[in-house]
Amino acid sequence: MTELQIWTYLIVGLSFALYIGIAIWARAASTGEFYIAGGSVHPIANGMATAADWMSAASFIGMAGLISFNGYGASVFLMGWTGGYVLLALLLAPYLRKFGKFTVPEFIGDRFYSKTARIVGVICLLLASVTYVIGQMKGIGVTFGRFLEIPYEWGLLVGMLIVFFYAVLGGMKGITYTQIAQYVVLILAYTIPAIFISLNLTGHPAPQLGLGMTMTEDSGFGGVYLLDRLDQVVTELGFTEYTSQLLGDSKLNMFMYTLSLMIGTAGLPHVIIRFFTVPKVRDARYSAGWALIFIAVLYTTAPAVGAMARLNLINTLQSGEVGSPEGNLAYAERPQWFKNWEATGLLQFKDKNGDGRIQYYNDQDTAMAAKAESFGWKGNEMEQVDPDIMVLANPEIAGLPNWVIALVVAGGLAAALSTAAGLLLAISSSISHDLLKGIFMPQISEESELKASRIAMAGAILLAGLLGLDPPDFAAETVAIAFGLAASSIFPVLMMGIFSRRMNRAGAIAGMLAGISVTMFYVFQHKGLFFIPGTSFLGALRPNWFFDISPNAFGSVGALVNFFVAFMVARITAPPPHHIQELVEDIRIPRTI
Amino acid sequence: MLSDNARAYWKANLRLLVFCLVVWFIVSYGCGILWVEPLNTLKLGGYKLGFWFAQQGAIYAFILLIFFYAIGMRILDRKYGFDEA
Repeated sequence: MTELQIWTYLIVGLSFALYIGIAIWARAASTGEFYIAGGSVHPIANGMATAADWMSAASFIGMAGLISFNGYGASVFLMGWTGGYVLLALLLAPYLRKFGKFTVPEFIGDRFYSKTARIVGVICLLLASVTYVIGQMKGIGVTFGRFLEIPYEWGLLVGMLIVFFYAVLGGMKGITYTQIAQYVVLILAYTIPAIFISLNLTGHPAPQLGLGMTMTEDSGFGGVYLLDRLDQVVTELGFTEYTSQLLGDSKLNMFMYTLSLMIGTAGLPHVIIRFFTVPKVRDARYSAGWALIFIAVLYTTAPAVGAMARLNLINTLQSGEVGSPEGNLAYAERPQWFKNWEATGLLQFKDKNGDGRIQYYNDQDTAMAAKAESFGWKGNEMEQVDPDIMVLANPEIAGLPNWVIALVVAGGLAAALSTAAGLLLAISSSISHDLLKGIFMPQISEESELKASRIAMAGAILLAGLLGLDPPDFAAETVAIAFGLAASSIFPVLMMGIFSRRMNRAGAIAGMLAGISVTMFYVFQHKGLFFIPGTSFLGALRPNWFFDISPNAFGSVGALVNFFVAFMVARITAPPPHHIQELVEDIRIPRTI
Repeated sequence: MLSDNARAYWKANLRLLVFCLVVWFIVSYGCGILWVEPLNTLKLGGYKLGFWFAQQGAIYAFILLIFFYAIGMRILDRKYGFDEA
């Protein structure tokens, strides 16, 4: 066993022991504790748990890589995944807390006095949450596989057992307190390497400031701003300028994409239910602010990690002047981390011009391609640079000690486990509370419902594990579906339920169905029916996009359709009954008189 | 039926809400996307200003906005007598 593996077993083992300890301490004794932790979580504690709940394997591992290769364009994710908390704090959380029940479909069913509406809500919730949880399970399996060299299936099984322990025993109560511990682990794991790297390149410990600073004298570019230097090195290799690169080549696409992610974030049930756990309405407002502070620690660090990783990567591969033969790294002299990641297939090199050196540049750029030919280059030789390695390889690229790498592994696992647990709770509570108690067995006793919720949780973990064992090829694509569904169905229906007293059953159901259909139709038309290759009738090609909007950015259009259809239908149908209008008035006021 | 007091409270809440959402829109969609090119001609240290808004500034502004709204609502809750015990 290598020293790195010993460190990894030690740190991951300690973090798991901590989660299990918390699970034993925080067992749930009632349905109230199981679904909403008894409604007694302090707003700051809930903020921290929400941050861990929200930041998934994708945020932890994937986002910095997205930023690295999309530059300014990746601002869509930074703004989209944080701006949703403003909507949540202002438009949803306090009112849903005042309503004071256990699940999101329960609010939809009560407010629109309809079991049909509740079932449509459950279906949206299940589709969004199940697709989301597959990605977390995959993240757990891959992380174990890469760093502990145990088979993917065993990694997955260990992850399932840990979640089983605290989610089945403790429900929301157990999940809340483990999420707090997981937040601490993941944020340390994310910021410590970032601080080292920022110190290395700019001499400033805070990555948020370092990104806007000049580079150190040791780098050979003392006094030059880091971002200016980055713009220069990427454009010299024919890539688009880092600080002005657009996503999807249009600002309208960026606008709609940001909007879709914001309203999708605000509409994700596993995030919303976290705000049912605080004692008061005003706590729900403050708690969303605390959640965003804890999230922002990672989200404002990520741009620095992304930019600095890109600079380090290019400086390693293109160590000298562009065009001079010695300017390119000789393949035989490649560093150890390069070899490690080559073994996983996430980095792939092919010596096209047979000079034994690595040429990494944008061969799609005509001007650059012409220049490259004059250098004797025969195309970009880095055939694969997977964005996901940026965070995981970062400490290795920067030459940080092994315990830092081990901490990053524990952090990645914490991010995946905490999000998986939150999603599993949303799934199991919608089954035991909405379907079983709400629709099929209304007379069920509390004791039986608690038992049923534990069985539903165990079933959900098993299902997530099985789906994660053999993730469908379209797993990555389905994240677009999760956000699209939340944005086009759940967010609008909740908002109208609170802000429009006149919104009725017919309007809400018609709106939800219209929003989902439009979004699904657009995604399927470009990505294939249920993602089956060959069934997309318009192809994924840009010229066919509606106003240049990419399928992932279409949730916001679905939301607009939802609002429009709901208001049209509500206008021509009977207003909601008197007691429902009173319910709306009641949730708008923190204290009932 | 709704009392005049509750109606006034809701109206004051909506005013505060609309103000916050306008700021929310300006710092992200405005400064971060729509007006990014003109703002990028200005600099904040090594950051082009539009780029800074999109990758840092908007997030800080979101945090301030939520607390501004929460404190504003606390004042309204007290003023209209809907403060929770």
